[in-house]
Amino acid sequence: MAEEMLYWQALNRAMDRAMEADISVFTLGEDVGLYGGTYRVTEGLYAKYGEWRVRDTPISEGGFTGLGVGAAMVGMRPVVEIMTINFALLAMDSIVNAAAKIPLMSGGQFPMALVVRVPGGIARQLAAQHSQRREQIFMNVPGLRIAVPSTPQDAYWQLGQAIASDDPIILLEHEILYFTKGMVDMVADAPPMHRAIIRRPGKDLTIVAYSRTALLAQEAAAELAKENVDAEVVDLRSLSPIDWNTCATSVNKTHRLLMVEEDCRFAGAGAEVLASLTERCFAALTAPPQRVAGLDIPTPYNGTLEAATIPQVPDIVAAARALCQPAKVKATAEAG
Amino acid sequence: MERETMHRLLRDMLLARTFEERAAAEYMKANIKGFLHLYPGEEAVAAGVINAADASDYVVSTYREHVHALIRGVPARQVMAELFGRTGGVSGGMGGSMHMFDRERRFMGGYAIVGESCPIAVGIAYAVVMRDRPEAVICFFGDGAMNQGAFHEALNMAGLWHLPVLFVCENNHYAIGTEVHRHSAVPDLYKRAAAYNIPAERIDGMDVLKVYEAGGRALDHVRRGDGPQFLECETYRYRGHSMSDPGTYRPAVELKAYQAHDPLSAAIRELEFRYPSPEELAAVGPDHIARLGQHMIEAGHAREAEVEAIKQDVKKMVEDAVQFALDSPQPTMDAAWQALRCNRREEVII
Repeated sequence: MAEEMLYWQALNRAMDRAMEADISVFTLGEDVGLYGGTYRVTEGLYAKYGEWRVRDTPISEGGFTGLGVGAAMVGMRPVVEIMTINFALLAMDSIVNAAAKIPLMSGGQFPMALVVRVPGGIARQLAAQHSQRREQIFMNVPGLRIAVPSTPQDAYWQLGQAIASDDPIILLEHEILYFTKGMVDMVADAPPMHRAIIRRPGKDLTIVAYSRTALLAQEAAAELAKENVDAEVVDLRSLSPIDWNTCATSVNKTHRLLMVEEDCRFAGAGAEVLASLTERCFAALTAPPQRVAGLDIPTPYNGTLEAATIPQVPDIVAAARALCQPAKVKATAEAG
Repeated sequence: MERETMHRLLRDMLLARTFEERAAAEYMKANIKGFLHLYPGEEAVAAGVINAADASDYVVSTYREHVHALIRGVPARQVMAELFGRTGGVSGGMGGSMHMFDRERRFMGGYAIVGESCPIAVGIAYAVVMRDRPEAVICFFGDGAMNQGAFHEALNMAGLWHLPVLFVCENNHYAIGTEVHRHSAVPDLYKRAAAYNIPAERIDGMDVLKVYEAGGRALDHVRRGDGPQFLECETYRYRGHSMSDPGTYRPAVELKAYQAHDPLSAAIRELEFRYPSPEELAAVGPDHIARLGQHMIEAGHAREAEVEAIKQDVKKMVEDAVQFALDSPQPTMDAAWQALRCNRREEVII
């Protein structure tokens, strides 16, 4: 039943399926209609569903995200596409002050079946104002749920689940991932939306990653295997809530934790993962948990410098090696 | 206008005034905490517009929304209990003074980020059009909100897609302490709606009959599918911006001038002035005469007493609301978690 497709195509199928099944599902955003979506996610939907259900908006991120909030309050299931995470900063009030708070402020009277889809991440030399993730901003907002699919299959599943959910959900997509390929089974049962998945079992250390870094972590694990380091890769799939049980089970088994994130290191997702897993697994840890993260600097335009600001596979390999064999690494370094 | 409607307007405004003055007193007694933004002076706007609305219309409000909620029909008990932060409050004590919601009455919330509510109103209106229903969305905001980006983004989308929104600007002339000519390049606020092709009108927001009439007219247009409408209601708040604002930036003479134009006394005057003559009553027809005749006997001989009775009535209602609020239990942390997760139902998250 599985079919090979690109990440954006998987999102497109999920949208189409949800819109077909439920007339209250509609999407809106900049160029989602006639143009077909900046990353082609809404391709073909305008022709099929018309302008009211696939709405091209003015460049008013705060305004049209707020529109989504209002529509969700009266039982619609809006899927707001914000062209990039960089522009989502203009919609923070609608997301943080309205969508995330209305359920509580209303004493539980109003559901908030709002999905906000946001491409982000460091793509290729888009410069500082188009190269960031900022997931930690949303992670710190109670009431929001955040999904970070790394594969076409997860993209398909998690978008469908987000639309079906009555909670406000941010779907963070990675700009580099849109044109990655993978098998998508459209019939299989999906795991719960926020459950973490072990992408590669291993016994020597746990590498926790998400979104694009989950792919990098798997590449790094393959490299490490050549050196007889057996890494377990946990793909979080969700940044809020985080599936601590899956993470803790892994860390309790491997006794070592390495977190990989593309976003800045300071006060980032990794800080939360390390803190929470240290609280839960302190006794099981045989080495201090480590992070491989983006540098705390706005992204430079220059390609070499851009690459230097975000984790690369060799960085992950080196960090894992150091974590597993500190004495050996130190000796090598001193000998060198 | 029907005498009954006039009575309702008067009663709503008296309730509003009595309720708010009592809320101020309860605030001084520390039964109400936090921010408290009161409405005295502006009653004619809420009473006029909301009474012109249908039950199927939606109301989106601001942080100065107790009176909007009351006039929309939320029982005074539930409004007062919300101010007290109790379980019996309209938002279960989770929202407070600035965040009252009543799903059943389509009261879509009070919002405390100035201008934020405008896109939300537009979203509700978008859903109304998608469902093809003859409903209007009433969006209240103040003069201060008109300088927010969210306001302009919302008006642009409403104008662009002909959405059924009645934008009601409660122009009380002050963005907290900054007077309108010091915060707006175009102080004739209604003129700014023209930028988005939205028909707009400025009315005397201290005259409830004019507000009611204009509101009804505008809502008819909106429900008929003519697109959004804009009403600027010129009004004045007698108190400061909130309980923590003494309002010293306003000259005393200005306050006095507006108080002379009190919407309540105007309504009472109007009521008496409009009281039908026996000839007018006869012209209405026998059924109405029978009904109104009875009324006339009561009111015609003791009009003052009638108004007094309404006053006593609302006073009792507010007294009862305070007692209800005092008796209502404090909400638990469990209730807060439940409210936050109200949407999850049986959904398995992890």
